[in-house]
Amino acid sequence: MRGIWRSGEPFIWLTGGALALALLMVGGLIAIIVVNAIGFFWPADVLRYTLADGAVLTGSVAERERIPGRTDAWRVKIQVANRDLYGADFVWVDEAAVARRERPADAAVIERTEWGLLIGRIAALKEDGAVVASGPDAWPEVERRLPAAAALRAEIRAIEKGDIGAINHEQERIRLRLRGLEAHGVTAGPEVEALRAETARLQAAYAAQESRLAALRGRQTTTMVVVADGGKQKELPLAQVLDVTFPNTMGPAAKVGHYVAGVWRFVSEDPRESNTEGGVFPAIFGTVMMVMIMSIVVTPLGVLAAFYLREYARQGAFVSAVRIAVNNLAGVPSIVFGVFGVGFFIYGVGGMIDRLFYAEALPTPTFGTGGILWASLTLALLTIPVVIVATEEGLAAIPGGTREASLALGATKLETTLKVVLPAVMPSILTGLILAMARAAGEVAPLMITGVVKLAPTLPVDGFWPFVHLERKFMHLGFHIYDVGFQSPNVDAARPMVFTTTLLLLAIVVLLNLFAIATRNRLRRRYATSAV
Amino acid sequence: MAVTLNPQATTASIMEMPMVEIERLSLWYGAKQALKDVGMSVAKQRVTAFIGPSGCGKSTLLRCLNRMNDLVDGVRIEGTIRIGGTDIYDRALDVTELRKRVGMVFQKSNPFPKSVFENVAYGPRVLGVRGRGDLDGIVERSLRAAALWDEVADRLHDSALGLSGGQQQRLCIARAIAVEPDVLLMDEPCSALDPIATAKIEELMLELKNSYTIVIVTHNMQQAARVSDYTGFMLLGELVEFGVTRELFTNPRDTRTEDYITGRFG
Repeated sequence: MRGIWRSGEPFIWLTGGALALALLMVGGLIAIIVVNAIGFFWPADVLRYTLADGAVLTGSVAERERIPGRTDAWRVKIQVANRDLYGADFVWVDEAAVARRERPADAAVIERTEWGLLIGRIAALKEDGAVVASGPDAWPEVERRLPAAAALRAEIRAIEKGDIGAINHEQERIRLRLRGLEAHGVTAGPEVEALRAETARLQAAYAAQESRLAALRGRQTTTMVVVADGGKQKELPLAQVLDVTFPNTMGPAAKVGHYVAGVWRFVSEDPRESNTEGGVFPAIFGTVMMVMIMSIVVTPLGVLAAFYLREYARQGAFVSAVRIAVNNLAGVPSIVFGVFGVGFFIYGVGGMIDRLFYAEALPTPTFGTGGILWASLTLALLTIPVVIVATEEGLAAIPGGTREASLALGATKLETTLKVVLPAVMPSILTGLILAMARAAGEVAPLMITGVVKLAPTLPVDGFWPFVHLERKFMHLGFHIYDVGFQSPNVDAARPMVFTTTLLLLAIVVLLNLFAIATRNRLRRRYATSAV
Repeated sequence: MAVTLNPQATTASIMEMPMVEIERLSLWYGAKQALKDVGMSVAKQRVTAFIGPSGCGKSTLLRCLNRMNDLVDGVRIEGTIRIGGTDIYDRALDVTELRKRVGMVFQKSNPFPKSVFENVAYGPRVLGVRGRGDLDGIVERSLRAAALWDEVADRLHDSALGLSGGQQQRLCIARAIAVEPDVLLMDEPCSALDPIATAKIEELMLELKNSYTIVIVTHNMQQAARVSDYTGFMLLGELVEFGVTRELFTNPRDTRTEDYITGRFG
């Protein structure tokens, strides 16, 4: 027995077991996310349940579970959709009460801009209130008109977002210039007159765009009639229809196509219906941009600090104390960083910038409110210990002889640091950056109070000068998960979105990391350092 | 310390052209005295060796010659060292200029984590050599002088850390002579190498002394006997005896030297 202990065999099993447990937990977590997320865009079969009491329910099965307290009975959760008709998207059905189960070939699943999915049978197509086609003829007619309806919708959106957006932007700029002049006591004169004339011109342009919009909207008169369970009917304008599928008659290829299209819409479109539907593109954009800004700030700062601590400072009690303090900074709750960001960056620095440069817009704050710049700086503060520690460890791993060799060749300390030490420590810096980016991409709490919003009307980058708007509020995948999962009015319907968004966030972190790792490996190959 | 010889007196007869002159040099690390009143001369284009047991101050003495001891906290130096007639501890002297004239090879080979080419080109680059053609010439000449060219000519742009220990040390020599120093300091350059690599470096030293003044520290007495023209024996921070190598090994004047070279201690 003692021999076994002395051989160290049990210790190997213990360490291996610990690793296996850790991998199991990580793997399990990722598996849960993937399993829940991956099926979201797959067109599930639509079943029609006829219950013993004669009621009919049409929808796809979302979940199946044992009825609590009974061992032999099961119930299914059916996504019946049609929130506007039934009031709820999901219905629990006791399997024992199901009399008949069918797969109706004509069951259509309609994705629309409002009220979530619509499930039912397409009964008729109307134009200006008159029935054009009905029965089996209705769908081909609808299908024929859908592309035009989508094009019209896109055109209206382009006018709203693009042309009218530009006019609004210009008007706001003129308003601020007028206010600025007013603040300097100029209320009349050629400059003011010119601006007023410009305003009038913009108002005329606005009216023109409005009438264009009205004309386009006037053409959106085509509707389709969808018949749902219980004889309920919905007359749906084609303008609201995003996609129509017949899952029960779709072949595998069509399903895959639908799946891919769904994934693409998810990553490329704006959210709808208070974020529970549509895409998450603004959140992806905000997350990536915030991580980038944070990296640009945190890397030089952390590296310089680490260089001072390791290369220049006289090692002693004070430097050790600083080092311990830096390490402990990583243990400060992130919300505290957020509070600091609000107090220092937003009210302090941002408030000062507003008073100095954006006085004409006050009391509406420009930089004195949450924005992507302040959120990034707050996160830079939060992740700086990671970069400092990684860089310092890299510096410590460079043999002292390397520095001596450079000095002995007549290089100055600065030349040695820049030409020998910095290249050698580059892989460690990138390791620190990788860790910092992963930490920052997943952080939510400090962002909630420094600039992340549920729905940002504009991206931080657009076509209006100066193109990058660091003062703007932005959307973030981490906050999106919290918002959709816990703040949404329809949690059941939003749940798959939570997992999908989580998977997407993970994918983005992995992508950012792969990029940094590839860079690091390229550097490592170039310098082929074994120590760092 | 009963009989302290005056080393300069003993070597007066063999003084050729002095390259390095050390006078009454004492050095303290904090309160601990590491060098005690050392005085000697290093002849130009000769190999001068310092031998002695560990901790006797031979490396410290060597590192005084290019002021590498400046990097150590709490070091205090008295006395003068002149190299080529210039007082190297003169306040007006730029230490980086000194180090360009006094190259150094360390006990542990310490190539930069860069390519072979970049290692050798580093010193010239620091000196301001920019032209690719100039650098190519310097690198080739230095590597040939260090007897390494044939082994690395086809992998100049591979990492220097991929070379063997002996090759790395010869690369460090090539790197040191690329800036064409007057004096080359070698701090136990073979202590981490196998006998074959050691033999190569010793051969190289004999070759290099035609162009450079070499000062070598070694704990290997056979090595000192093989490669050096002059040898100094150090003990507890003192230069006990300094003279022509053959004389010091065959006919030591000091009993402590005799005890050491006959293996009675150390």
